[in-house]
Amino acid sequence: MYSSTDIIGILPEFLLVITAILVLILDLLDKRGETAGVVPLSLVGFIGAGIVSAFLWDRGGYAFYDMVVADNFTTVFRVLLCFIGAITVLVSPAYLRYRDIRLGEYHPLLIIAVFGMMVMVSAADLLLFFLGVETLSIALYVLACLDRRDSRSTEAALKYLILGAFSTAFLLYGVALLYAVTGFTSYAGIMENLRETTPDPLAVAGIGFLLIGFAFKVAAVPFHFWSPDVYQGAPTPITAFMSVGPKAAAFVALIRVFGIALDGTADVWMDALAIVAALTMTLGNVVALRQQNIKRMLAYSSIAHAGYLLVGIVAGGQRAFAALSFYLVAYALMNLGAFTVAMLVNRRGDGDYQLEDYKGAGFAHPLLGATMAIFMFSLAGIPPTAGFFGKLYLFSAAVEKGYVLLVVIAVLNSALAAYYYLRILGYMYMARPERELKPVPRLGAYTFTLILTSAIILFIGALPAGMLNLLFAALP
Amino acid sequence: MNDNFPILILLFLVAAVVVLAFLALTVFFGPKRPNPDKGLPFECGTVGVGDARAPFPIKYYLAGIIFAVFDVELAFLYPWAVAFRDLRLVGFVSMMIFLAILAVGLYYAVRRGVFEWK
Repeated sequence: MYSSTDIIGILPEFLLVITAILVLILDLLDKRGETAGVVPLSLVGFIGAGIVSAFLWDRGGYAFYDMVVADNFTTVFRVLLCFIGAITVLVSPAYLRYRDIRLGEYHPLLIIAVFGMMVMVSAADLLLFFLGVETLSIALYVLACLDRRDSRSTEAALKYLILGAFSTAFLLYGVALLYAVTGFTSYAGIMENLRETTPDPLAVAGIGFLLIGFAFKVAAVPFHFWSPDVYQGAPTPITAFMSVGPKAAAFVALIRVFGIALDGTADVWMDALAIVAALTMTLGNVVALRQQNIKRMLAYSSIAHAGYLLVGIVAGGQRAFAALSFYLVAYALMNLGAFTVAMLVNRRGDGDYQLEDYKGAGFAHPLLGATMAIFMFSLAGIPPTAGFFGKLYLFSAAVEKGYVLLVVIAVLNSALAAYYYLRILGYMYMARPERELKPVPRLGAYTFTLILTSAIILFIGALPAGMLNLLFAALP
Repeated sequence: MNDNFPILILLFLVAAVVVLAFLALTVFFGPKRPNPDKGLPFECGTVGVGDARAPFPIKYYLAGIIFAVFDVELAFLYPWAVAFRDLRLVGFVSMMIFLAILAVGLYYAVRRGVFEWK
């Protein structure tokens, strides 16, 4: 029978599946699909799973024949993913009702998507990781097209589906080739059997395919083409969700697979990854400069952030991984916050999210202006915010390992990025509104989300060392 | 260089040769009796040219996808039945959990009226 380590190891995931099923059944009870209970139940599920995950600190271990690893690193990201899920549930209902999207279909899919990401971070085996990716992706394809009267939403889902399936094939082929060479799909088995600095060509091909699969999932150049269109077309709460959640889960897997299991073969993929990182941040930032649509701008900004994050994988070592984890936490907070502001400022039916709409919004809506300033400062990497310390730790870890050129490129990029982040603030506080501002709804859930995310950003910015030490202690 | 390198080359070569060979074979040996209807791209019986957002009955698609789900479930039950003794209680419980989740899905589909053929 299952041992107790097995059960404890997957308890948070188990809770989420139960919640998803309950929400689905609850939705059946009401023919109109407006069951109010769906939202609190989902919220309770996420908070419960998050608390159970946190409880597993120092209590978890390997489970299910070493397929699942519930170590402290997993714990940190399970909590982060549950937090992302809970915030998404908070900001969704008003938007969904406004766009006439069925709540009872949205919430189970969202919970299953978070479940898939939690499987991704707790996998100790490439096959289980792959199952997590698929669970997440299938849920996201449907979530992206839930706004089905909007042809952009359908277009986004179709593009995401086709390119996502394409990238999955690369990922799976990479897994198959690594299995062919090593005889293992587990991270530990691959690490044991792939230590030579010049490995088998078959293994090199496998690593290459795996790298391409990952690059698709984190939207790294040259595999980023899907992300701006998908981010623009998907319902905005889902855009917020998928700009942070899947990225965090994929980077945790990148640390486990490339940073640790394939570390012995670093000579093979290191240069390629460094070039990809440099290209990703440069292209993301340069193209973001010209965007007039806030969702597209944040999409290119998230491509650029994937570039910074890849620097952490290139640098390698405990310091870089702790810094990378720090950055992921900060990035999740500031991006969720920025998208929440975007949801409020641009609630117009036709779904155009123009930067023009921000002109004069800062004084008209003080809370929106103040929190948006914190999010933008943090995204640009200006102290005293979490984003600044994320960049500081990440880049200094890379310099320590001798990647000076890469860090110079990254710092130049950060300076470039400051222009388009601060431009929004310029619009908000220094420009006159060209047309009358739309009324921004006063909703407790949004206010709470904005204050919570910006407060955590400032708190981490004030006491970054505590956060970093926690992440250090959690590293595998 | 390495033992596995020829295998890698072979993988790509076989893939390329098979695809090209099939294409070439149909071009050279396939009978050609063209007519205008045959020239149209095949799209599951609907007209291939026009607005992609035309309404069409979605009943068939729903029944089809639910059939696919349960077909795959059956394919999964066979190896489980064969290895039933070796898997012992763990196998039994795991499969029951799997079936229970699928049953919820079926219940959902029934309650949503997927099988009401109106």
